[in-house]
Amino acid sequence: MWKPLLPLAVVAGIVGLVASAVRLPFSARHDVAEVGAPPAQLVETVDQVNRLFAARWQAAGLTPAPRADELQVLRRLSLALQGTIPSLEEIREFEADRRPDRLSHWTGRILADPRFADYFAERLARAFVGNEEGQFIIFRRDRFTQWLSEHLQRNTPYDQLVHEMVAATGVATGKPAVNFVLATFANDQIDCNKLAGKTVRAFLGQRIDCAQCHDHPFDHWKQPDFEGLAAYYGQARQSIVGLEDKPVLDGKPREFEVLDRKTNEPRVVEPRVPFHPEWIPAGATRRAQLATWITHPGNRRFERAIANRVWALLFGRAFHEPVDDLRDPPDDPDLLDVLGRDFRTHGCDLRRLIQVITASAPFRLSSEWNPPEATAGTADPDTQWQEAEREWGVFPLIRLRPEQVIGALLQSSSVQTIDQNSHLFMRFKKLVTQNDFVREYGDLGSDELQDRGGTIPQRLLLMNGKLAWEALKIDPFNSSARINAFAGDDERRVETAFLVCLTRRPSRDEVQTFAATFAERPNRPARRDVMEDLFWTLFNSTEFSWNH
Amino acid sequence: MTRHMTAVSEFFSPDPVSPRTVSRRTVLQRAAALGLSFSLPALAPRQARARGTERPTSLLVVWLAGGPSQLETWDPHPGTKIGGDTRSIDTSLPGVQIAEWFPRVAGQMHHLNLIRSLVSKEGDHERGTYLVKTGYRPDPTLIHPSIGAVLTHEFPNPSLQIPLHLSLNPSPWPGRGGFLGDQYDAFKVYEPGAGLQNIKSRVESPRQQRRLQGLQVVERTFGNRRNRAVDETLHRQTVQRAVEMMDSTQLAAFEIDREPESVRENYGDTRFGRGCLVARRLLEEGVRAIEVTLDGFDSHVNNLETHKARAEALDPALAALVADLVERDLFDSTLLVCLGEFGRTPSINPLGGRDHWPSGFSCLVGGGGLRRGVVLGETDPTGQKTEPSRPIEVPDLYATLYEAFGVDFTREYQTPIGRPMAICPGTPIEDLLA
Repeated sequence: MWKPLLPLAVVAGIVGLVASAVRLPFSARHDVAEVGAPPAQLVETVDQVNRLFAARWQAAGLTPAPRADELQVLRRLSLALQGTIPSLEEIREFEADRRPDRLSHWTGRILADPRFADYFAERLARAFVGNEEGQFIIFRRDRFTQWLSEHLQRNTPYDQLVHEMVAATGVATGKPAVNFVLATFANDQIDCNKLAGKTVRAFLGQRIDCAQCHDHPFDHWKQPDFEGLAAYYGQARQSIVGLEDKPVLDGKPREFEVLDRKTNEPRVVEPRVPFHPEWIPAGATRRAQLATWITHPGNRRFERAIANRVWALLFGRAFHEPVDDLRDPPDDPDLLDVLGRDFRTHGCDLRRLIQVITASAPFRLSSEWNPPEATAGTADPDTQWQEAEREWGVFPLIRLRPEQVIGALLQSSSVQTIDQNSHLFMRFKKLVTQNDFVREYGDLGSDELQDRGGTIPQRLLLMNGKLAWEALKIDPFNSSARINAFAGDDERRVETAFLVCLTRRPSRDEVQTFAATFAERPNRPARRDVMEDLFWTLFNSTEFSWNH
Repeated sequence: MTRHMTAVSEFFSPDPVSPRTVSRRTVLQRAAALGLSFSLPALAPRQARARGTERPTSLLVVWLAGGPSQLETWDPHPGTKIGGDTRSIDTSLPGVQIAEWFPRVAGQMHHLNLIRSLVSKEGDHERGTYLVKTGYRPDPTLIHPSIGAVLTHEFPNPSLQIPLHLSLNPSPWPGRGGFLGDQYDAFKVYEPGAGLQNIKSRVESPRQQRRLQGLQVVERTFGNRRNRAVDETLHRQTVQRAVEMMDSTQLAAFEIDREPESVRENYGDTRFGRGCLVARRLLEEGVRAIEVTLDGFDSHVNNLETHKARAEALDPALAALVADLVERDLFDSTLLVCLGEFGRTPSINPLGGRDHWPSGFSCLVGGGGLRRGVVLGETDPTGQKTEPSRPIEVPDLYATLYEAFGVDFTREYQTPIGRPMAICPGTPIEDLLA
């Protein structure tokens, strides 16, 4: 008797739940778990950062943008840390949260969500091994990313991770850290030169690739430095047991040789670091020696590099651009030193670094900024605006990565949060559609932090593409249908659609315009069209495709 | 076409100066003039169907992906140890022979030039493709623009509503804008002749109009107090461009059912043949740079069979294309280059294949005001020498192409990080310049 009714009962139950989600602010549906560092522990460092910027703005005679609306900051956090936008469910819960500095609490909550570990692991993997799949079996990028994700989830100290990547031995699947080295495996050998360049770029934030052939034009990297670093990888070898270190092979010591550019003869190069050789420990493999040197507590470059990279991943723009070409550390500590010192003294804690940056003034500023009224002697508005942007006095507009666009599209098609607890169908859909979409949208590859403009194929994909259409059409499981059915009056409909797609409430102007469009069409099919059109409009706005 | 529309298209024509140093100011001024309006475009302007030297020059790259064998195409050595089973045939160019698999191209050789001695140091597909599409070797810290992107940047065409730079049947590495910006990337057409992906609106015009009107309202709210930042995203202008393109009559250039049956047959009923025919139609429309790819030359196994199969698509299409361009008086204003990322080894491996060989491979080049019938370089018929006579580096080929376009290729672009970069580091091949 009951069985045939069961599906109906489930549908009724879901409808009831959704109706309440769409209509009412949640009154703290369940308590937010206390996760992450409470703001009090960050206060000192955040103050230091804020003082640096206050001084900077004062020196530039600049009035920074006002504080951003909290929902907008929440959107930034979701995009940067999870690659998606907040769901209506999350927005309602956030708004019901009455704790002071709820944003910091929510940052902690996001950092504890497995979606953060997955998304951030992919970002870091691009910096460490690029985005090419490489030579399968020998190199396993998927395992590497998974390994990073597991450790981000556990919040393993970053210096340990880097040490592993440089020094680990084993096979690509069993010991995923070795993939950092194996990513360079080509023509039956490990490319030591490529590794030298990549090690310094990824972990020390400097480009010394040019030093393979000549001295660095301004910093103190010389050609012998490059060769000396490459030599640290010179005894690594890929064999049936995976990556190993063989100081001696077939009874002969293995030396690292380069072709001398003057004599055209092979020349043996001893491992050598360009500075602080006393950090090199005795009695370890060459790679382990290098790993210790890179992560040594005295190595400012190490912490500055990761501070700059995390800053870049949060803002979409590195503090020093390009992200992996920092100048030699300055005599007076700058922002990267403040962040780096805090990072180092707290056990190379990536989550804490993220907490500090996202709690500091620049991250919380609005992206709205107009120059003050022109007076005699002031620079023209363009110049003033450029200056405000350069000095981090206004939050920059940054084009979303393709993964973020698809994350936002899928999330806005659902009023509930799409995460590990989502319906299997939704997760499957995300998995299968993501790769196609990213390819069509244009993958940014490993240099994903470069500033680039949008393209016509991207616009066509969002205007007319299948995925966007599936996300906006009136379909019982889509948010568009649910909002139409349950939101209440037309003004609430408009407001909810804006919250779902843009994480903000509509302006007066917007409410009036779109509510009027609904009001003009009393019959149901026409109203469905209006809702679809509203979603289309929101998907195709600048606001949807750019972080702000 | 209203004045407003003209302003918009003009806006989109890339600036003929350095991308980073100029853009901001000009962008702002033009965006201010643009105002905030999205609209379905008025009727597209009638194309000036200029011909001959009146017409601005376009670039057409016929890209043979995978590395075609010089010995089975334009540089056969029949009867030698390295020549394999390929015989050679006479061409319309006295004294010049090519592989027997190209009887129709043989009839067009007098319009073209042939280089048989291209050399490079890049024997990997991706790196080789990078070099041969940009004229620069790969650099881990920078992406150079492809020649198509540079030409699009240097020579905008304001009356064009369809993309100025296209890749038909794109290979895994189509031409990129690199440091010039993604807006210079080649627009990819995966099935030439079968329309474009995502080009049709899913709703009728009144709804589309409503959507765009709604967009105006949302953009106004967002742009308020963010005007300059929003202008710099170029988002609205890109939307406008896409909307114009969706309704443009110029899209007809992508449709080949408008061509007579006989013409389509002449190019061959293959994806590549259709690509070449679409390319010709796009050239007539004034598109600046096109690459058409024929894939599958990576013949590590069964080299001969692989090349015969490719030739069945390449021979009719390439020959028809050259003949058609000449007949329509478009050849003098179309620079045609046909090549791949490298050639293949003189020796044949135990699997009947030839492996990668970047030292001495061939390239057809012609039109665009170049000389005709010049043949440069020779490879060693015994396969002993690893360098051909008169070796020509890829950047020198590039310098020649830029010279033919009238581009001062020694000029330097500023890359985003302020590193000056010459458009091309090569020296023109005087023998080819008229």
